[in-house]
Amino acid sequence: MAYSEKLIEHYEKPRNVGTLDKASAEVGTGLVGAPACGDVMRLQIKVNPETQVIEDAKFKTFGCGSAIASSSLATEWIRGKTIEEAGALKNTAIVEELNLPPVKIHCSVLAEDAIKSAIADYRKKQNAPE
Amino acid sequence: MTIRTPIYMDNNATTPCDPRVVQAMLPYFTENFGNAASRNHAFGWKGEEAVEKARGQIATLIGANSPKEIIFTSGATESDNLAIKGVARFLKTKGNHIITCLTEHKAVLDPCKRLEKEGFEVTYLPTNNEGQVDPEDLKRAITDKTILVSIMLANNEVGTVQRMEEIGAITRDRGVFLHCDAVQGVGRMDFDVERMNIDLASMSGHKMYGPKGVGALYVRRSKPRVRLAAEMDGGGHERGMRSGTLNVTGIVGMGAAAQIFIDEGEKDIQHTRSLRDRLRKKLWDNLDEIFLNGSDDPWRHPGNLNVSFAFVEGEAMMMAIKEVAVSSGSACTSASLEPSYVLRSLGVDEELAHTSIRFGLGRFNTEEEVDYVADLVIEQVHRLRELSPLYEMHKEGIDLKSIQWEAH
Repeated sequence: MAYSEKLIEHYEKPRNVGTLDKASAEVGTGLVGAPACGDVMRLQIKVNPETQVIEDAKFKTFGCGSAIASSSLATEWIRGKTIEEAGALKNTAIVEELNLPPVKIHCSVLAEDAIKSAIADYRKKQNAPE
Repeated sequence: MTIRTPIYMDNNATTPCDPRVVQAMLPYFTENFGNAASRNHAFGWKGEEAVEKARGQIATLIGANSPKEIIFTSGATESDNLAIKGVARFLKTKGNHIITCLTEHKAVLDPCKRLEKEGFEVTYLPTNNEGQVDPEDLKRAITDKTILVSIMLANNEVGTVQRMEEIGAITRDRGVFLHCDAVQGVGRMDFDVERMNIDLASMSGHKMYGPKGVGALYVRRSKPRVRLAAEMDGGGHERGMRSGTLNVTGIVGMGAAAQIFIDEGEKDIQHTRSLRDRLRKKLWDNLDEIFLNGSDDPWRHPGNLNVSFAFVEGEAMMMAIKEVAVSSGSACTSASLEPSYVLRSLGVDEELAHTSIRFGLGRFNTEEEVDYVADLVIEQVHRLRELSPLYEMHKEGIDLKSIQWEAH
C-alpha cells in the first residue's frame, strides 16, 4: 500500500508516545478498539481544571501504521486545545492530513473515538464526588 | 560483507528463477521458437523434443512411472481446477462427494465451492492446532459416494506438511482418487507420488525456482487410471486434457528447475532449513512472547517460518522492516479485513493472527541476510512494543482476555 510521506513520518517518529498517571483526577484515559480486530488505541489527556486546556497528551497504539500515525497526529493536534475544541475534532481532518486510503479510514475513526473517550473519562472523574 | 536491500524473504509467495533455468530457457525464445505441435518441420521437432525432455525431468522429480503422466498447464491454479473439477465432472455418475481440508489454498477451496453449487457435496476436514489433518478423520469422512480427496503437501502460510503417506494409504485402500496440491513442496522438499499413493498432483514453476506462467498436473495413468473432463477445449493438446499451444520456454524452464533439484535437492533442503533454524533461534533467544505457527520438523516446510509477535500488529511490523519482503496473516494486509483463515483454522487467537509474520527462506538467501533480518526484527519488535498499550498492560500483569473490549 502506498502511504503519504506525512503518514510514514508519523509512523517512524511518533509524537507523544507514553503513559500518564491514569489515577490522577486531571488525567482522562480513552482505550478503544479490540485486540481481536487488530487495533487498540490508548489516548490520555492531562487537563488543567481551571482553564480546561489539554496540557499534555500521550498515546500508545497496537495497530497498523495508519493507526499509529493517526493517534500520533491526534495527540499533536489536541495539545494546547480546550477539551471543548478537542472534542469537536473530526476524523475526516485526520483522513485529509494523512491522506489515508479508504480501507484505513477506520483508523481515523478510532482516533476520534479515543479523544472523545478520554474526554468523557476526564469529565466523569471531575464530576465524581471527592 | 555489506547487505544488499531489499532482502527477499517471501519464497512461499514466489521464488526467483535460478540463473541456470534462465540460461536453459533463452534459446527457446529466439532460435528454437517453434510450436511444439508443428509436426512437419525442424522448428516444431525442436520444440517438441524440449517439451518431452522437461516432461521426463518433472516425472523423475516426483517419482512418476511415466512422463506421459505429466500435463502442462499455465500454473498451479489451473492444475488444481483441472484436477478437482475435471475428476468430479468425469465421475459425477459414480459419486458426488469430495473431501478436502479447511486450510487448503483458495485454488482448491474455490473449485470445491463451485462444485457444491453444481450439486456436489464437500466435506472440509478440520486440522489440529499445528495444521495437520488427522488421517482417522479422513477415514471416517469417506463414504460410498466419495470420488475425490484433495489434501495439500505443505501449507503456503504456516508451512505444515501433511501426512501424505498415511492419507494415500487410506484413499488407495478405499478406492478413492487422491489429489495433492504440491505447489509448496515440489522442488523444495521430498515428494513422491508412488510412495504416497497420489493420483493427481498440482505443481507450479515459479515456486521451485522456475518461471511464472507454467505449471503441471500429474495424472496417474495406471493402477488406477485417472480420467478427467477437460476444462479447455481446442486443439486437443496434452492428450486432450489441456488444449492450447504449449508454453515451450516456460516448460523448458520448469524442467531445468526440476533437474537442478534432482541433482542438488539434498543440499538445497539443508541450506534452506539451516537458514530457517538460524532465524528461529535468533528470534527466540532475544524476544519474549513470540509463537511459532504451524508444526515442527519433519512436518514443517524447510523454508517456512511463521511467527506471531504478540502485541505487535503485522502490517505495522512489515512497515518497520520495509527493506525485507515478508508476508503477514494480519487483516490489515488483506482486502477482506479478516485475519488469515488458515491461522483461524488452526485455532490461533484472532489477536495473535493479527501479529503473524511469514518468513519464506529459499535457495538464494544467505546467513548474512538472516542475521541482518533477525537483528532488524528484534529491534523493531522492541520499538513497536514500546508503542503498544497491550504490551504495557501485559507487563503490568493485566489479563487482556479479562477486558471488555469494544469491537468496532
